[in-house]
Amino acid sequence: MNNIAIILRRELSAYFATPVAYVFIVIFLVLSGALTFHLGGFYERGQADLAPFFNFHPWLYLFLVPAISMRLWAEERKSGNIELLLTLPITMAEAVVGKFLAAWLFTGIALVLTFPLWISVNYLGDPDNGVILAAYIGSMLMAGGFLAIGACISATTKNQVIAFIISVVICFAFLLSGFSIVLDFFRAWAPQMVVDAIASLSFLTHFSSISKGVIDLRDIIYFISLIAFWLYANTVVIELKKAS
Amino acid sequence: MIEIEQLTKRFGLFTAVDGISFDVEPGQVLGFLGPNGAGKSTTMKMITGFLAPTSGQVRVCGHKVEGDARDAKRVMGYLPEGAPSYGEMTVAQFLSFIADVRLLKGAERKQRTDSVIEQLNLQAVINQPVETLSKGFKRRVGMAQAILHDPQVLIMDEPTDGLDPNQKHEVRELIKGMAQDKIVIISTHILEEVDAVCSRAIIIARGRIVADETPQSLLARSPSGKLDDVFREITCAEVRS
Repeated sequence: MNNIAIILRRELSAYFATPVAYVFIVIFLVLSGALTFHLGGFYERGQADLAPFFNFHPWLYLFLVPAISMRLWAEERKSGNIELLLTLPITMAEAVVGKFLAAWLFTGIALVLTFPLWISVNYLGDPDNGVILAAYIGSMLMAGGFLAIGACISATTKNQVIAFIISVVICFAFLLSGFSIVLDFFRAWAPQMVVDAIASLSFLTHFSSISKGVIDLRDIIYFISLIAFWLYANTVVIELKKAS
Repeated sequence: MIEIEQLTKRFGLFTAVDGISFDVEPGQVLGFLGPNGAGKSTTMKMITGFLAPTSGQVRVCGHKVEGDARDAKRVMGYLPEGAPSYGEMTVAQFLSFIADVRLLKGAERKQRTDSVIEQLNLQAVINQPVETLSKGFKRRVGMAQAILHDPQVLIMDEPTDGLDPNQKHEVRELIKGMAQDKIVIISTHILEEVDAVCSRAIIIARGRIVADETPQSLLARSPSGKLDDVFREITCAEVRS
């Protein structure tokens, strides 16, 4: 069996060995349902689609995804286990990717469990299932982006609470980087090119086009390269911090 | 065989290990002695490939630890200080994870797993999560993990620290039982342990080797016949100079 798969399996079973997995899944399902029906006006809109469901995903992920990623490396460092893990015949890249994929697969499981909404909307009307599928893919990619950021931040500290808070802040900046709340901070001193580049990093703009059913290769490349970048940063951070 | 050449590790301005060189032959049980902060753990972390040296190199059974890391790590078993393991896993799950990583399969896997469980008396706790175990059992789980693949080289950082006298005795018996054609390196600051299990003792202080001989010849240096006195004399002299 491949090393990445071995790490993935261990990490995934670690989620389910503690109440973390069940608490997360229940809260995710309850919140996403409540937001869809109450704030999103699922019935009142009179349209057979899942837009009111997916529109809240960026905001749900902002708080829930860092809660999944915070333990990935912080716990490993606090318990001293990182020394065991990295002296096994496994490369750093395999460990980083295996852990990330376990967390990603776990959010995938939570996402799949929202299928009753998909059944409901198909029962009530005649939605465009292609758009719904695209939105699920987009949501998954966005969760991957959040997780990669969270995994990297988790490696910077031994304290899971600090990992959580810093991850939320950085994810928030990425989420809203196309909006004035973030851009004004840079406009004052950075050249226009930099401001434009930052604006193009927004999770919200990339996610909203996918969730409308437009699978643009650029959006997919954006999320994949974002994940790759943060996972690479993750290996660098571990290399720097493991001695302390 | 382990070959260590001019191994140095600096953390910022602080030099933890300062140009250490030595070889260890198969069959030797090397005791690594020194006051706290002398560089014992840092040296072990570099031998096992956890920390990259600032300069110098380590070869384990011909494999460079830097560069040929995977092969070097395959031949080593390592018990880090404090015997960390994944607390939420049961002992059986944890050993199975290690067996996966160590590429043990089929009959060999079963034979090795059963054998370490018996050697370390883990039968009674095999289905308990590691975090619920006593310190002595946790240590034994850590040792089981280190010897599961029957490694050529076994490195243990303070294997008996915090154990009761009976447990210490068991660990020493285990080390003695392993030794014939293997390399064993243990760090400790319990001197009687060196006398009990080691065939060679290296004392380090402030990152340098200050003595490298058999426990018997160390003992012979002391007029009182106590290792403690030799240890204090050697390491304190180094600090004063």
